[in-house]
Formats: sequence, structure tokens, C-alpha cells
Amino acid sequence: MIEVRELSKHYGDVTAVDGVTFKAESGQITGFLGPNGAGKTTTMRMLTCFLPPSSGTATVDGFDTAEASLEVRRRIGYLPELPPLYHDMTVESYLDFVAKIKGVPSSQLRTRLDETMEKTGITHVARTVIGQLSKGYKQRVGLAQALVHNPPVLILDEPTVGLDPKQIIEIRETIKSLRGDHTIILSTHILPEVSMTCDKIVIINNGRIVGEGSPESLTAQLREGEVLRAQVVGAKDAVEAMLAGIPGVVDVQREDAGPADAYLVTTAPGQNVRDPLAKAVVDGGFGLRELRSMDLSLEDVFLQLTNEDSAEA
Amino acid sequence: MRNFLAIYTKEMRSYFVSPVAYVIAGVFLFLTGYLFRNILMQFNYYCLQFSQRQQFMQGGMPNLNLNEMVVTQFFAIMDFIWLMVVPMLTMRLFSEEKKSGTIELLMTSPLSTTQILLGKFFAALSLYMTIVALTLVYCLILELYGDPDWGPIWSAYLGYLLLGCTFIGVGVLASSLTENQIVAVLLAFGTLLLLWLIDWSASFAGPTAAAILTYLSIIQHLQDFQRGVIDTGDVVFYLSLTFFTLFLTSRVLESRRWRR
Repeated sequence: MIEVRELSKHYGDVTAVDGVTFKAESGQITGFLGPNGAGKTTTMRMLTCFLPPSSGTATVDGFDTAEASLEVRRRIGYLPELPPLYHDMTVESYLDFVAKIKGVPSSQLRTRLDETMEKTGITHVARTVIGQLSKGYKQRVGLAQALVHNPPVLILDEPTVGLDPKQIIEIRETIKSLRGDHTIILSTHILPEVSMTCDKIVIINNGRIVGEGSPESLTAQLREGEVLRAQVVGAKDAVEAMLAGIPGVVDVQREDAGPADAYLVTTAPGQNVRDPLAKAVVDGGFGLRELRSMDLSLEDVFLQLTNEDSAEA
Repeated sequence: MRNFLAIYTKEMRSYFVSPVAYVIAGVFLFLTGYLFRNILMQFNYYCLQFSQRQQFMQGGMPNLNLNEMVVTQFFAIMDFIWLMVVPMLTMRLFSEEKKSGTIELLMTSPLSTTQILLGKFFAALSLYMTIVALTLVYCLILELYGDPDWGPIWSAYLGYLLLGCTFIGVGVLASSLTENQIVAVLLAFGTLLLLWLIDWSASFAGPTAAAILTYLSIIQHLQDFQRGVIDTGDVVFYLSLTFFTLFLTSRVLESRRWRR
């Protein structure tokens, strides 16, 4: 488990991270979402004891990063934004080196290497020199490096950056398979990534947390009521009046863009108006062509939150 | 110890996997071999001249000392070549880790700064001593054709071990200060050259300052070793300079952790 309290980092006059507080529960994947330069990397560097915080504290499995740095470093696997690879080493000798400095006992070394390489799908390139690997494989070796000592906590800084879509899916699957055994924090600026892999999302912008919660609760948080898009054939004014008359409907608007006969129906929170709506359309003798929920995507949430914040600033 | 060995082995591997170790050893041995040959030819020429002149002189051969005229001469030039080569051995030790981001791996692993530092230091020292040991071949050639005194030779090699520690200490410090290898080389080379020539200004300084400046000269202390004198003062000088540079390096590396 990771607990961060009022963590800040200043570089001279520049504030990179400003009083960040959050928790990452054991066995869960916590996504750290934010635009480039939001302070994600700096926060992760403070969690891994690479940088000291200017103020505030961070504890990893109960150990303070400033007070018990060595204990923290024993418990984390860290994949920095740029995988820390020695390009003149082979994959296997590199992982062997990392396993040794991470304190894997000699008796378990061989099994740990084989297991990690298998988990990250790099067994067949074990004897290849890292410098000759493609970007995707380098990223996997980077991930293997973070996993080799089987740490309880994994900190992954943009693990899918620069990969092609197929590689992204593979890396994501690998990360998802680690859920349960490890506490994972991953940072990204790609939205679908967090909604697909994470149990919890922390949205950060300009060094401050602007939103926190599960992907569902975050979308719900911004959604006042449900918006339905209904396509109804019939006289426009009559349809509009009919829709507005349905109990639970707050607002009806004709959709400007898109095909004719489409209406956006805003409902009061917690009201199901789909069935009454369908019935009213049929009873009124209109034709119902389409009825669907206009769910706010995480992307909308993200833009809304990060824009609100920059408007304040 | 295990951590130290892991770092040490990794550094040694990287010296020998890349052409660095071979090129440095090759260039160094070629240069010293060339110089040794010339010094030997010169000595040969003197011997010939003196033996011809001996017929006209009473009282036999003047004192032509093999150690003094060949070994010491050779060592004096080798010092200077090392001054240029050691910064190249040490330049990548930390600057490359910084540049490629692997320093992040080392600093977030459960390693102490001392383990990282000593692993790298002893790797560079091992490579240095391997090349130094190869120059023993020249002394063996003297043994084959002449009768050198081995005492001063061994003490000179002890001097080289200590000199190497100091040079590498300065080189490691320079490398920890920058992520640019060329900057690291120049910083180390400049510092060493300054410490080499510092006793020159002693001639123009007051008596106290002169004594200090002469004491600081890294080359003055080596001359005793080459004459066959092992002075504790000289040993202390080299070791304390080495510890000092390594201490500063560990501060530089750790400053990342306490600089808020």
C-alpha cells in the first residue's frame, strides 16, 4: 500500500508537485492520469526515493521514503519513463545484474530470471544484446527489470509510451495479470489506458490532484443526470412537446448537428425515463428509430477537470 | 559485498565488451614500448661511447647505472602518459549512467552509495593495474640483457598503484559531476595537470606557501618510490587524496537525496 500526504516538490521557483495526497490500495492498479508536465514523473521519483520531497511524506508499505529509504527501495520495482537499460548487455545478463543489486538470493536467481522473462515474453531474446532490440522489446525488458525481484509495489512511468497498438495491448495485458499480487501505480496521459486497466484513477494537473476515484465514479461525479439521444420521426414541435411532457424529463433539445429528428433528452438524476419515453412515442403514433444513452466518456471528464483547473489558475 | 561485486563485475564487463579496454591498453603499450626502445638505444649508445673513451682514460668506466638511466627515465615518461589516459578510463563511470538514465535504476535499488562508488572505483583500478602490470615486460627485457636492481622497480610499482588510486579518484569525481563524457575527461585532466605542475609556482612563493605547494604536487611523491624509498608520508599523501576525492564523489551522488 502507498500513502502520500501533502507531497510537494519545488525546483527553485517552479512548483512541480503541489500538496498531493492520495492512497494506492494493495493489490490494485492505480492510474496516474494527467497531461505532459503535470507532475506525474516527479511524484513517482519521490515515491521511489530518487528525489526527496520538498515537503510532505510518502510511505510505501508503512516505510517512509525519507526515513527508511533502503526499506522502501527493497520493496519497489520501478520502470522510469526511459527504461534504464545497458545497451551493451544481453537481456539475460542485464536481468541477472538487476536481480543481484535488488537482493534476490542466489538460490532463487535462476527461477526468478526464467519466470520474469516468461511473464514479459522475452525468453526468446534472452541472449540478444539489448541495443539491438526494438522499442517494444526494450520496454518489455524495462518491465522485466521492475519485476525481477518480485516486489510488492510496482511503479510504472508511462509503460506504454512509444509502442504500437499491438504492443500496447500486450503490455497492458501483462500489467493486468499482475493485479492482486502487487500494488501497482502507473502513469499515463492516454485515457483509454486507465479506464481499461485501472481500479482507481488519480487525475493530476499542474501538480495538483483534480479528481480521484474509480473510472465509473469519476464519470458519474460529473454527470448531473442522464442524457438520452432519441431519434423520433414525426412533426418536430409535436414530438418536442410530447417528450417534454414525460415525467422525469428536465430538458429537451433538438440536436443541431447530425441527422434530423434527433433530440437530446436530459433526465433528472436517478430517474429511468426510457420505458415511459418509448411508450409515449408509440402511443403518440410517432416512429422511434433510436434511443441511446449519451454517456460522458472519461475523456470528457478529463478535459472538463483539467480545463476547470487551468481556468482557476 | 554481493552488491559491490555485482557493480564491479558489470563495470569490468562493460570495459571488455566494448573496445575501450583494448584500445586504451593497445595505445598505451605501443607508446610506452616505443619510448622504452628509444631510452634503451640511448643507453646503448652511451655505453658504446664510454667504452671507446675508456682506452684513453685512467680509472675505468664511469658509473653507468641501468636503474637510473633507463628505469627511472622510463617511469618518468609513463607517469605523464597515465595522466592523459586515466581520465579516459574513468570518464564514463557516472556520466554515462546519468545520460542514459540508468542512474535511476542504481539509485532506486537497495544499494548504498559506497557500494556503487567502490564497485566502479575498483573496476577502473583493476583495469589500470592490469595495464601497469603489462609494462613489467620491459623490466624483464632488462633482466634478460642486464642486471637491474629490482628493489626500486618494485617500489616504483607500489607507487603506481597509489598514483592510480589518486588519478582514478579524481576521474571518478569529475565523472560524477556531469553527464557529458568530454566534460568529465577535461575536468579530470585539468585537475591532474594542475596538481602535477603545482610545485612550479613554489619557486615564486614564500617559504610556507612553497612547502605546501611542493607537498601538493602529485609527482613529487612518486619520485621517492622510483628511487626505492617507501616513505609513509608519501603513502599517506596518496591514500588521503584518494579518500578525499571518493568522499566528495559520494557527497555529489547523495546530494540528490537530500537536496530539497
